[in-house]
Parts: sequence; C-alpha cells; structure tokens
Amino acid sequence: MLSTPAAQAQDAASRTSRPAPRPESPFGSGLPLRRRLRAAWAWIRENLFSTWYNGILTVFTLGLLYLALKHGLRWVLLEARWAVIPANIQPLMVGTYPRAQLWRVWAVLATLALLSGLSAGAFGARLKRAAAWGAGIAAAFLLLPLSAVSRAMVLACAGLYGAGLLGARGRRALRPWLVGAWFLSFPWTLFLLWGVQGSQLLPRVETSWWGGLLLTLILAVVGICCSLPIGILLALGRRSSLPAISWCCTAFIEVVRGTPLVAVVFMAHLLVPLFLPDFRIDKVVRAMIGFTVFTSAYMAENVRGGLQSVPKGQYEAALALGMNSPLMMVLVILPQALRAVVPSIIGQFISLFKDTSLVAIIGLLDLLGVARSVIANPQWLGLQAEVFLFAGLIYWVLSYTLSRSSRRIEKALGVAGRR
Amino acid sequence: MWSRQAFRRFAIQLVFLAAAAAVVFYFYNNVAQGLRQLGLRFEYGFLRHTAGFAISEGIAYQPSDSYARAIWVGIVNTAKVTLVGIFFATLIGVLMGVARLSSNWLVRQLAAVYVEVFRNVPLLLQLLFWYSGVILKLPPVRQSVAWFDAVFLNQRGLYLPRVVAGESFAGWRWFWLAGLVAGAAVYVLVRLRLKRLDRPGFPSLWAVPVTLAVAAAGWLILPGRPLALDYPVMGRFNFTGGTHASPEFAAMLLGLSVYTGAFIAEVVRGGIQAVDKGQYEAAHALGLKGPLVMYLVVLPQALRAIVPPLTNQYLNLAKNSSLAVAIGYPELFNVGTTVMNQTGQTLPMFVLMVAVYLALSLLTSAFMNWYNRRMVLER
Repeated sequence: MLSTPAAQAQDAASRTSRPAPRPESPFGSGLPLRRRLRAAWAWIRENLFSTWYNGILTVFTLGLLYLALKHGLRWVLLEARWAVIPANIQPLMVGTYPRAQLWRVWAVLATLALLSGLSAGAFGARLKRAAAWGAGIAAAFLLLPLSAVSRAMVLACAGLYGAGLLGARGRRALRPWLVGAWFLSFPWTLFLLWGVQGSQLLPRVETSWWGGLLLTLILAVVGICCSLPIGILLALGRRSSLPAISWCCTAFIEVVRGTPLVAVVFMAHLLVPLFLPDFRIDKVVRAMIGFTVFTSAYMAENVRGGLQSVPKGQYEAALALGMNSPLMMVLVILPQALRAVVPSIIGQFISLFKDTSLVAIIGLLDLLGVARSVIANPQWLGLQAEVFLFAGLIYWVLSYTLSRSSRRIEKALGVAGRR
Repeated sequence: MWSRQAFRRFAIQLVFLAAAAAVVFYFYNNVAQGLRQLGLRFEYGFLRHTAGFAISEGIAYQPSDSYARAIWVGIVNTAKVTLVGIFFATLIGVLMGVARLSSNWLVRQLAAVYVEVFRNVPLLLQLLFWYSGVILKLPPVRQSVAWFDAVFLNQRGLYLPRVVAGESFAGWRWFWLAGLVAGAAVYVLVRLRLKRLDRPGFPSLWAVPVTLAVAAAGWLILPGRPLALDYPVMGRFNFTGGTHASPEFAAMLLGLSVYTGAFIAEVVRGGIQAVDKGQYEAAHALGLKGPLVMYLVVLPQALRAIVPPLTNQYLNLAKNSSLAVAIGYPELFNVGTTVMNQTGQTLPMFVLMVAVYLALSLLTSAFMNWYNRRMVLER
C-alpha cells in the first residue's frame, strides 16, 4: 500500500481536476465514539457509495477481492510447501560463495551499515526517521529464514548503523570525508569479495563463485557506476558541435537503445571472447560489460536531458569569466546537470536491478538463476510457484523501497520526477 | 587558408575517427581470425542452407526449409506476440490508469496495488512464474477446464472456437461492401451538417450503426449462415479444430501485457492529470456535458502528454518479447540463437537481429510520431 489511505486520497484529489471535499478522517482519535462512527459512515459513503454505479463497483470489487483472498490465503497458508526456501536460503542470498569466506560478505554489509549510519547522522537526517529506516531494514533481514549466526550478524550491523548515526550527529565536518568514503566503498567491496591470489587471509574467490542476491546487487551497482562516466561522455559527444563525434555518439546510443537487453547481454557473452581473444574474461565480467554498454546509452539520454535543463545564461556566464570549454563543463555545467538527473539515475538503477535477472538466461546464478536451479533439483520438483514468489518478493521489496526513497530524494533536490 | 580554429576542429574529428576506426578494426580483425580458425567467413551465404531444426509454432515451416525461412518464422512470431501484447497491454493500462483516478477508494487502491506490484518485479521472473508456476500446472488434456464445450484450458494451452466462412459467405461480402459505402456517405453528410451548424459531435456514431445494420440485414436475408464457428473437439490424444494458443504464447502474452500494462497505467494517469483543471471548468462553462467534455476537451489534451511515453512502452514491449528465449516461444531471438548455435555464425546473425529490431523500433516510432503530429495539429 502507498502511504496512508487518507493521504493518498487527498493526494489524488488535489491532482485530479474534480476536487472532492475531503471527508473527516474516521480514524481521528480523541473524539467520542458516536461521532467517530458517524464520521466513518460519512467516509464510507463519500468514498465507496457516492453514486449508484460506485456502489455496484464497490460490491463487485469486494466480491472479487474476497474470492482472490480466499484462494490466495488458502494456497499460501495451507497448500504451498515453503520448506524449500529455508533449505536453500544460502544459495539464494550468496550463491556458491564459499562458506568459510562468508564473513567477507558480512564485512561488506557492516561497512555499508556503518557508512549509512554515519552519513545519516552527519547529513542531518531526522533521528526518528533514520532509526525507523535502520530498524525496518534489519527487521526485513530478520524475517528471512537465516541461521542464528547470521541473525546475530544482522543485529551487529544494525548496531553499527545506530552507533554511526548517534556518533556523527551534528558533525558537519565529516561530510566531505563521507563522500570520499562512499566512493572508496565500491572498490573496497570488490576487493573484499574478490580477494588476493595466494593470500591466506583473503584468498581469491573467483567471480564464478559469486551468486544469488549478492551477484544481482553487484551487477546492478557495477553497471550503474561504470555506465555513468561513459554516459556523460556520450551525452557530451552527442551535443558536440563536431559532426563526426556527434554522429558517432548518436548512432551508438540509438543502436543500443533499439536492441533488446537480452541480445546485448547474450552478445557480450558470446562476442567479447571473440573481440578480445588475448584476455581471459570470465562470465560475470562479460555480463558486467554487457550491462555497462546497454545502460550507458540510456544514461547518456538522461544526462542529455540534464544538460538541456541548464539555463543558457550559465554557459554565457562561464564564458564571460574566461573559462575554456572543458573547464566550463566540469566546473559549471555538469554539476548542475548531474544534480537534475539524480532521480532518473535512481530510476535507471531500479530498472537495471530488475534487468540483471536476464543473466539467468546465459547461465549465471544470480537470484533468479539460483531460483531456477533450485526448481530443477529433483528434490524440490513442482515448487516453481513457491520459489518464484519468494524471489519476486525480494525483488519487489528492494525496488519498491528504492522507488519510494527516490521520490523523497526528488522532493529534497527539488527537481522533476522519474520517468 | 583555414582559420586556426577550423583546423583544430578538423584535426580533433580526424583523430577521433581514426581512433574509432582503429578500435573497430582491432575487434573485427580478432573476430575474423577467430572465425578463420573455425573455418568460417563473415557472410550470409549460410542463410540458404537447410535449417534442419523444428519450430513449435507459427507460419508454415518444415525442418527442410532454409535458415532464412526459419528466421522469417521467428520474425512473424515476434510481430504476433508484440501486436497482440500491445492490444491487451493498452486495454489493461487504460483501464487501470483511469481506475487509479476513480472516485471510488477501493478501486483506486486496488489499481495502485496492481501497478506497484507488477512494475517492481523483473519481467523475466513474471514470465517464468506464469509459464512454469501457473500454465504448466493447469490440468492435463483429459481433465481440461471447459466453458460451454467451446473454450478449453489445459496445460497444452488455450483452445478457442474459430470463426470460419459459412456457405453464404460470398454473398455476405457484398452486403459489407454496400454497408461500408452507405456508412461513408452518412459520415460525410453528418460531418458537413455539423460543420454548417458549427456544432461538435461524432459522425461515426451515425456511420458505424448504418454499416452494421446493412451487414445484419444481409445476415437475415441470405439463406444459410454466412459465418460459422469451428469448435475444438477432443480427439484421441489432443484437440482438433478451433484455434489454439500454445502455453508459451499464452505465458508471453500474459506476462508482457500485465507488465507493460502497469507502466501504461502510470502513463495514462499522468496524462489525464496533466490536463489543467481550468479546461474542465471552461468546457462546462461552454455548456458541454458529460462524455463530450471528456472526448472533445480532456482526451485530446491528455493524449498529447500520453502518446510519446506510450510509444516508449510499446517499443519496450517489442524488445521485451525477446525474453521468450527463456520459456521457449520461438520468436526472432530464440530462433536466432538456435541458428547461431548450429552455424557458428554469431556475428552475422547478431547484426541481422539488431537490424530487424532497429527496423521495428524505427517503424513504430515513425508511426507514433505521425500520430502524435496529427494529435498536436488537431488541437
């Protein structure tokens, strides 16, 4: 559900053309019972039975809802065999990442939790809201059928988040350091997970061992991080006044945007070894290349939109200050343009996060790939609906949370929306 | 002589092109070398060779046909699932988009739940769920779910009666022709009259019933039925007659239209909300009532905001149809990968597929641009 029903109704009413008078909320407290009942009745009449066809619609929808809930709940509670999920939770989360090395995944999560806590504190998030977010994410993790050790780890991460939040409150001086730390957290994560060849402490874990939700997230993050700079260059190239450059960039962008993602990923899988026969590039990296190529074309269009939103006066002012073209771009135009595209970058990340599921087609074991291999196991025959629903729930929770928070970020930045 | 700046611009472009060409040449050289080791050349001659693999559905095709024919079957199947998918996705999307703005709280909430659920789950997962979690779990052929002995649903797909020409179909065609002519005449007359009176209205509301009435008259006058229904009948092992949607096609259609419908719902909602409140008030002030406000004032303006993003959704649907490779519906990409596996001609086949998808994209956006331009001009 979206926010509260009342807020939703008000929101919709304020944007539609026919303004409906907002009825008194029936949930208001502090009123005597009789008045509350009357208000509730008024609300029901206003919102469910305002006209005769609305009445019919309500009754009809209620009937459908009843049937759907009846059958759905019976299946979920009585017929579905959920034992398959706890039995396979580790592959679903991290794939075949070696059991003895799992502490590295926790180290990554701990780093991210600490950084998030510190940032929430230093950037002045409201304490209640930040705490609620942390608690919500921790609770979501605890709802998964994890082992006791893992649950303790989740609590430890939550503790780190809380400590960071309280420790950094009001320390504005930390901000630039934190921005730097976030940039470093990306290579740090890859370093931790990948390890060093021949090391005792951090033995190399080849990417072919990565899997599950871990792989899904890494593919999405790598795809976005690598495609952002390429996308910026392509957008600048497309707007360039040099015809050769602008033509090449436009052609690249349009061809990639006209090609289905499966085809791009598939081709990265098949063609990269042909293009670069001298290097041994494993499957995961090839998938990363495919996603980067694909996303950078879309990213270029996002950035182009941002560049167009920068007023002309900014260009003129920069030139009047005596800046040359590259300096003007880096110091004046791009910072403003990129700020305007933050929401669409988040939107891009959400769709990339969902799209990484395509690697299941080329045989990688991401969240969906693991789900498919679990189903293929004769021990769990015929449990497609259960496994896919669980995987779908994880995708849904993550991408819904992201899209909600992107709306909040949009409001905070005061720029136009996603899509 | 050139000015210094013009020379610099020229030089930069030259260097850029040289670098791009070098990269492309390097890749091409590597590929060519790899192909040579496999004993292959970059060429399309293989398209004439015998394909030798079966395709489960689509237009007439045998394994002894050529690769080109197999690819054509794939293209037709892509077009089929895309067009039918666009139809249903638009239907669902418009319905849900309007429902999100309903004055009925329950309907509004359910539409919001639909949009948020299906938009935020990967399409591939939805397709796999519909295919292996729902459709393949339907009852077997012997215990089909049946409605009125005409529609049968089982794990081999959906069986529907098919409309076929009856004994007097040839005569009936002439009635249709006459009806169309009469309808066109009525359309023109009503339109001229409305123009003379300078009143808004819908000539089609007069023209279409006239056409249908003439056709209906033909149905009654002609001896025997002009159209007949061919029902699916349970044979020894399977149904015969009627028309049939395979489980793969049904799953693709269901998945694509439900997923894209959620996005279209948002597009429609945004478009309707983009129409200014003053427009409704102005229309009412001019004395327009009920549906006329919607058709003459709100919809034309909403459509202008809807058509461009809607085009994107249609294109997405067309491209997403390539996910059929995961459930085995034989569309272009699926057939293409089979051809690649058999011939080893990865690169030529890839170029061919990208060209087809690009052509599809360009055609669709050209059509939608034409439509959009018409909408904008008509305001």
